[in-house]
Amino acid sequence: MEAGKLVAVIGDEDTVTGFLLAGVGHRTAHGSNFLIVKQDTPLQQVEEAFQSFSTRDDVGIILINQHIASDIRHILKDYNETIPTVLEIPSKEHPYDPEQDYIMQRVNMYLGGGGT
Amino acid sequence: VAPTRMAQQTYKAKKKAAEGGHRLLKKKADALKMKFRDYAKAIAETKSGMSSDASSAFFSLTQAEYAAGNFKQKVAEGSMSARIRIGGSVDNVAGVKLPVFTKYDTGAVADNQSLGLIGGGKKIVAVREKFTILLDKLIRLASLQTSFVTLDEAIKITNRRVNALECVTIPKIENLLKYIERELDELEREDFTRLKLVKKKKEVTQKLEDAAKAERIA
Repeated sequence: MEAGKLVAVIGDEDTVTGFLLAGVGHRTAHGSNFLIVKQDTPLQQVEEAFQSFSTRDDVGIILINQHIASDIRHILKDYNETIPTVLEIPSKEHPYDPEQDYIMQRVNMYLGGGGT
Repeated sequence: VAPTRMAQQTYKAKKKAAEGGHRLLKKKADALKMKFRDYAKAIAETKSGMSSDASSAFFSLTQAEYAAGNFKQKVAEGSMSARIRIGGSVDNVAGVKLPVFTKYDTGAVADNQSLGLIGGGKKIVAVREKFTILLDKLIRLASLQTSFVTLDEAIKITNRRVNALECVTIPKIENLLKYIERELDELEREDFTRLKLVKKKKEVTQKLEDAAKAERIA
């Protein structure tokens, strides 16, 4: 078992393809570390994928398209682990919106509020 | 607590220790806060930069599709073992251990080498490159993010300790010291009074003895 952790991806077809080409894809008998979310993918599948990636020991980072992140915002809100880290990325159709990214919200809160 | 001089010494020492600790912790909290501010700024900048990298990466993907046709499915279905992995290491910042991600290439054979054979090979290579750049940035961003969150926790804990010392421990010790001082004073006064009485009695006894002596001589 390699020492490094994997990068998991939950995204639309374009996003996942791009990252697979970059070499992050991993598929074994256990399962894969990515989920392609299409228009008809049920929300529950997305939620389950997130739960599974976030509890796996071998996943270090979870990349997720922002519009999908918004769909499972209720789970993301309660997610507080440091590893795996959740990173929201824009997709082809939905450019980056810092208003929605909850890490950015906390960043802005601290930049504006001046820290605890 | 026995109101003795020894106890007083002990508690004076404790108070000094507590105040010293309090000062140190405040310094630590300030240092952490500064680092935290830095991280927050870095994250804000990197995230906005990442947005443009992402658009460029997606654009190259569209170009590749145009040139090579629908290769997306083939990518997803090919066999794969991750070539890119994340190494986790720990960085020590102002006494707090922060997680850091580094990307490393296992050097395994790149999957999907045969993808572009039909056409548009160059474009697919371009996609790979663009997404790799994006991935680099994202991994750095992930490091920043985890450090940010960990620092946040560390600051909260340190502040809690500072407050605990300030509002609970030090006042307690101060109260104890006051109590001991009061008791010692009281004991001194008692002693003093007793001494006076004893002295008086001695004077009276002495006077009587002197008077008896004088009678005998006379």
